[in-house]
Amino acid sequence: MATHTRGLTETTSVRTRGLTRSFEGRAVLDGLDLEVEPGEFVVLLGRSGSGKSTLLRALAGLDDGVAGSGEIDVPEQISVVFQDSRLLPWQRVLTNVVLGLRGGGARTKGREALAEVGLAGRERAWPGRLSGGEQQRVALARSLVREPQLLLADEPFGALDALTRIRMHGLLRALHERHRPAIVLVTHDVDEAVVLADRVLVLDAGRIGTELRIDIEAPRDPSDPRFAAIRTELLAALGVGGPRSDEEAA
Amino acid sequence: MTALKPAETEHRGAGAEAEPGDVGRPRPAEGRARARRRLGPGTPIPAGFLIGPLLLLGIWFLGSAQGWIDPRFLPAPWTIAQTAAELISSGRLGADLLVSAQRFAIGLVFGVAAGVALALVSGLSRIGEAIVDGPVQIKRSIPNLALLPLLLLWFGIDERMKIITIALGVLIPIYIHTHNGLRSIDSRYAELSETVRLGHGAFIGRVILPGALPGFLLGMRFAVTSAWLSLVVVEQVNATNGIGYMMQLAGSYGQTDVIIVGLVLYGLLGLISDGIVRIVQRRALSWRRTLED
Ligand SMILES: Nc1ncnc2c1ncn2[C@@H]1O[C@H](COP(=O)(O)OP(=O)(O)OP(=O)(O)O)[C@@H](O)[C@H]1O
Ligand SMILES: [Mg+2]
Repeated sequence: MATHTRGLTETTSVRTRGLTRSFEGRAVLDGLDLEVEPGEFVVLLGRSGSGKSTLLRALAGLDDGVAGSGEIDVPEQISVVFQDSRLLPWQRVLTNVVLGLRGGGARTKGREALAEVGLAGRERAWPGRLSGGEQQRVALARSLVREPQLLLADEPFGALDALTRIRMHGLLRALHERHRPAIVLVTHDVDEAVVLADRVLVLDAGRIGTELRIDIEAPRDPSDPRFAAIRTELLAALGVGGPRSDEEAA
Repeated sequence: MTALKPAETEHRGAGAEAEPGDVGRPRPAEGRARARRRLGPGTPIPAGFLIGPLLLLGIWFLGSAQGWIDPRFLPAPWTIAQTAAELISSGRLGADLLVSAQRFAIGLVFGVAAGVALALVSGLSRIGEAIVDGPVQIKRSIPNLALLPLLLLWFGIDERMKIITIALGVLIPIYIHTHNGLRSIDSRYAELSETVRLGHGAFIGRVILPGALPGFLLGMRFAVTSAWLSLVVVEQVNATNGIGYMMQLAGSYGQTDVIIVGLVLYGLLGLISDGIVRIVQRRALSWRRTLED
């Protein structure tokens, strides 16, 4: 089993060394090295089944019982955003946000977090009555209210429609600016990666294959030629051969 | 859990069943005129549950007034009402009712307490399940009434036997449904609880127990029915008071009207107690969107 240390270093927020995870004898992660700086926004791309979720679960310490080895250093305070918002349907929105939060003023902080994601006034709503985008915003509020040093998100917007997604991108970037947690976000969507990331990593054969720093200033415009160039490069790294006309037209 | 949209707005244009090329194009007028078919049962009729019983009552009235029904077979509704009034004014009915209601309530409380306790033991720990679940499943396959001779031998014919019989009948549905509720809570919520570092107590209080509440309340509805059933039986087998005893006595004197009064009472009490459970269900589970809304 891998060593899983919680404790913040000055210059790195996340560090893995030789991280290996296998299922039924097949190594899904194979000696993976990863470093994330404090406050850095890293987006993880990779083909389906390449082990993105496996990596994220390893970072979150949610993979007890999975065979593997290697070193993991992560901060003390980690929040996870799942693809499903994973709100407890029988608790009201505010209670969901402050779930597990100790100490006085938790509910006040919860209210502030809800206001930050644009859901002030919905504290007493039942999660089941919210739209998918609203539910995911509650999930964001729940993760932010814990003031995480590291935010892990596995396809957090995967279930949302294109318009809601664009709004969520803006929101997430703004929240990142304000709170500066390190973020590791998994997505299938290359454009989402280019819009959000300081750095994009492509997972391939159990390791980080391609790594791209993105220096386009916000707001990033998909019609920007630099945007298109990065997209083409990422698509190539993902094995989608050559520039595709529909991608170019976007 | 099924979630259907309430019919608050009229949906027009490209809906879920639109053709691929149809998106955004307004539907032709005939599509608008015909209301979209809903898969739910439709909007609830106010007090709709009363319609069927009232219809039956009407037939009974009419049949008695027209002389179609032999009063020795089934007395007229007004005869029943008169008998009931006499029983009430003589105080007999009140006394018997009180005794029956007490048996019901005490049996229910004990049965629910035992059922919940066993379900928690077996739902929250594997070792508890190994010890508790088997015996309860065995008890479940033996009809409660089949135990009656044994219970009579063990506890005699006094109050204790009656309450134990009722409680045993209540315990089973409470256990089965609460246990099922506890065990069918989505494991993803356990994962979530780990990531927000919920303590063990808070996990049980915030996640497990509220998650199992729908199961418990469903069990409660079966339990109430079962409690009345057991009550009827124990009161008719061996009792010196209670509604069942009143009916049994009336049976040996051929007083059909008193028997019917007893039946109506059982029915009313059953309805009222089920109604109470339903109201609790509705209020406690208002977070759920179901076909009933
Ligand atoms: N619990 C498990 N048991 C067995 N195999 C598993 C398990 N979890 C993941 N795997 C396997 O590990 C591989 C990587 O899975 P993972 O979920 O990390 O992929 P992913 O990159 O997140 O894919 P996707 O983009 O489709 O979500 C897959 O081949 C999967 O079948
Ligand atoms: Mg995945």
